[in-house]
Amino acid sequence: MIMIHILIMAGITYLVRMLPMAIFKKKIESNFIKSFLYYVPFAVLGSMTFPAIFTSTSSLYSAIAGTAVAILLAFKEKSLLTVALSSCFAVYITEWILKSIDLF
Amino acid sequence: METAKSSNNFFAGIKDGIPIGLGYLSVSFTFGIMAVNSGLSVWIAVLISMTNLTSAGQFAGIGLISAGASYIEMALAQFVINLRYSLMSLSLTQKTDNSFNILQRLILSFGITDEVFAVASGKAHDISTKYMYGLITVPYLGWAAGTLFGAIAGSILPDSVSSAMNIAIYGMFLAIIIPPAKKARPVLWVTILSVVISLLLHYTPYLNKLSEGFVIIICALTASGFGALFFPVKEATK
Repeated sequence: MIMIHILIMAGITYLVRMLPMAIFKKKIESNFIKSFLYYVPFAVLGSMTFPAIFTSTSSLYSAIAGTAVAILLAFKEKSLLTVALSSCFAVYITEWILKSIDLF
Repeated sequence: METAKSSNNFFAGIKDGIPIGLGYLSVSFTFGIMAVNSGLSVWIAVLISMTNLTSAGQFAGIGLISAGASYIEMALAQFVINLRYSLMSLSLTQKTDNSFNILQRLILSFGITDEVFAVASGKAHDISTKYMYGLITVPYLGWAAGTLFGAIAGSILPDSVSSAMNIAIYGMFLAIIIPPAKKARPVLWVTILSVVISLLLHYTPYLNKLSEGFVIIICALTASGFGALFFPVKEATK
């Protein structure tokens, strides 16, 4: 029973990934579609990041701090890992400060 | 092909996959905890991660399983939530070099995740199968290992640390989109449009009932269509 659920999950997830890859082999000629596909990653990542990033931590303030740090470092073209870890660090520090303030 | 060899081999892929894998640890850790909390065994949780390799789909999946959903419901939910991968997969077909035969496509398409796609499509040159294998390896292991640790440990990490780690994946996304958006105005506009639509769909009553997968599809179609219409790429992917 649960195995069938897992089989369905895995099967559908694989098919939506595999079919386009297996079917389209030629380079697409249409400039519209080419341009469209060029923009897809940015549109996908933009919509996945916002607003989700603001609710990804335990407080809006720490999320804002993390987002600000990430944007700043990304703007300076730091590596993916640097940006990601610095952002985590900013969240950690902010939440630590918030908690310390709360204590008094 | 004028691809730079050294940045297109297995080890270049491994290297690019490390930040993804690290980011996955915290997400799959959370998944492991949630899966066990919803009544699944540790091994079922790991099995799901090793066969699905997707965040939103898996989280929705364990929710549906514990809610006793029908198979049809499960299939439809997975289809909608994961349909975005079709767009990514299609987009990647334009960036693959001639080492991609049908067998490689059948194998490698399994590993297309949001982050793998983002990194692969961000490369300046066409990607090789060797690079893709490398790129997928660490994230796949990270995803499985994180699930295992999460499921076993329940909650070993203090909340303050896991809360901080949750933002890692988004920080990475920003690091992927901001540098190109800085250099090319059209990319900036497309990204901003997508974000605005996403915010509208999340905060407008009724519309905010749309599933996460649908929201991403709508944003991607609209913003990329807008970009293609108003800022056609002169000499698109070479």
